[in-house]
Amino acid sequence: MSGMHEHDHEHPPEHRHPPQPDADDTLTYHRKLEIALRELLIGKGVFTADDVRAGVEDMDGRTPGRGAEVVARAWVDPEFRRRLLADAGAACESLGFDWNTRHVRLVAVENTPDTHNVIVCTLCSCYPRALIGLPPSWYKSLAYRSRMVREPRAVLKEFGLELPGHVTVRVHDSTADLRYLVLPMRPEGTEGMGETELAALVTRDSMIGVALPRRPG
Amino acid sequence: MKPAFSVGDRVRVRKVDAPGHIRTPFYIRGVEGEIERFCGFFRNPEELAYGRYDCEQRALYRVRFLQSRVWPDYAGPRRDTLDIDLYEHWLEPVKTR
Repeated sequence: MSGMHEHDHEHPPEHRHPPQPDADDTLTYHRKLEIALRELLIGKGVFTADDVRAGVEDMDGRTPGRGAEVVARAWVDPEFRRRLLADAGAACESLGFDWNTRHVRLVAVENTPDTHNVIVCTLCSCYPRALIGLPPSWYKSLAYRSRMVREPRAVLKEFGLELPGHVTVRVHDSTADLRYLVLPMRPEGTEGMGETELAALVTRDSMIGVALPRRPG
Repeated sequence: MKPAFSVGDRVRVRKVDAPGHIRTPFYIRGVEGEIERFCGFFRNPEELAYGRYDCEQRALYRVRFLQSRVWPDYAGPRRDTLDIDLYEHWLEPVKTR
């Protein structure tokens, strides 16, 4: 990212930053609706402004870390892996993660040497938020949502992942109440590594399916 | 309540243009696939969207489609698939010989 550097504000001519306009032109109809509804509910005492702030803080605070722990556990413990693939929500709760089931269920899909899974929600942005946090902007973009079902290999290549022809690419469109998590393959050269070290190799993008996990070293 | 379809059944997504909140993507309507698994019973989102929270539950399936069937000009290997979660009332059986 250019322009992000420490400096005092004496600029040589070749280094000036032209003023940028505020990108504050996004007060759409639905944004106004949300503001109006929120202010009404606060005004009526249904909840407080601090409740809203705390809710946003909670959502912002979730990271892919929980998902990475689940994957690392599956890599070292074959019985956990079996339970994860059979009923991912229950397996996560056995690790102390409140999957917060309500009506949505979690499904883990495993990558193998001949099958690669990738997740999309063409209709909106369904994503296993409780386990890996908020989805990235690109996941919610029309480009990703429309192209991933149409030309997955081209999109994966744009993410830097080229899969050979003998590997089947399986795209999951989360159209209903199931949320999908990709269980990536354990990278080579990780024998003897502990769960915490292994979890550090598991990236958000590898659990969506647009990348492979990091390699050790 | 029992699911009407079994794993391995060949099904076709109904080619219907229904009003309201529909979770069956346009791109898959009319396409033939196979039941990969029964996912369970869930309340119909088409009814939940209108606040009918006491609506009956419907069977949900993961249906697997060959990409080459979904997109006639699909450029990838023939075995690539698209798995979509679809409700029973959107599926009709395909006669197999």
